[in-house]
Amino acid sequence: MWSYERRLEFPVNIKQPNAKLAQAIISQFGGPDGELAASMRYLSQKFATPYKEVAGLLNDIGTEELAHLEMVGAIVSQLTRNLSMEEIEASGFDKYYVDHTLGVWPQAAGGIPFNACEFQVKGDIITDLMEDMAAEQKARSTYDNILRLVDDPDVCAPIRFLREREVVHFQRFGEALRITQDKLNSKNFYAFNPGFDKCENCNG
Amino acid sequence: MNNKEQMLRDIGILCFTVVELSLYLDTHPNDRNAIEYFNHYNRIKTQMEREFSKNYYPLKLDYADSNQEWRWGAAPLPWEGVCG
Repeated sequence: MWSYERRLEFPVNIKQPNAKLAQAIISQFGGPDGELAASMRYLSQKFATPYKEVAGLLNDIGTEELAHLEMVGAIVSQLTRNLSMEEIEASGFDKYYVDHTLGVWPQAAGGIPFNACEFQVKGDIITDLMEDMAAEQKARSTYDNILRLVDDPDVCAPIRFLREREVVHFQRFGEALRITQDKLNSKNFYAFNPGFDKCENCNG
Repeated sequence: MNNKEQMLRDIGILCFTVVELSLYLDTHPNDRNAIEYFNHYNRIKTQMEREFSKNYYPLKLDYADSNQEWRWGAAPLPWEGVCG
């Protein structure tokens, strides 16, 4: 269950359109390391997560990622406002425009559509948390790459905020992994999968 | 910055603080200092959201009580930004 708040997690107020930059930033909307993949990854993984505090963290971070998805969508949308046909052609935005006009559609910067294969739900909490930590770092790298392309402070501020959140989420997932391992057999973390194997002493 | 903008900015800061503390508490559920911080900022946040929603427009459906006009529908769409 979710409820909506009529505000962004961090404000996005862009004055200067820049269709070229929008085409790069859209990768964090629907690209391989983007916010849609992040949100769907955590909100899907939670169902087979055996430990309440870890499942709760996945749910809370997955929820924050939805707010990030909205922020990235707002950045892309505001960067493509009030464009002339000349600007659309000159910036190379014409190839996107022909299919989506000024709508925001989940795709990678290279045009590849969003696909659930960009994330995994393995049903094994160690495997899933390792993926989650890697995902946060991949998203952080993508924001670093985006920041090298940006010189508009109106775009820079929200992108820097999003980058910092990746670092915090990585930290929290690391703690969730530690919590998970504390509940497992310390001589062999892989002795059983707590999300699947039934074992009398491992209901942690 | 007028009063409405200032309030919205403060609510944004408070909401961020609460989100950040909630994730921290998910993995540190017994940190009493963090719980105190959370309760403190969460109370101020709720108070300010209520006040803002009464004076300007509802930030949540919980505060969308309306008379003549459907206030939730009339509230600005946040993704549009303020300089469009």
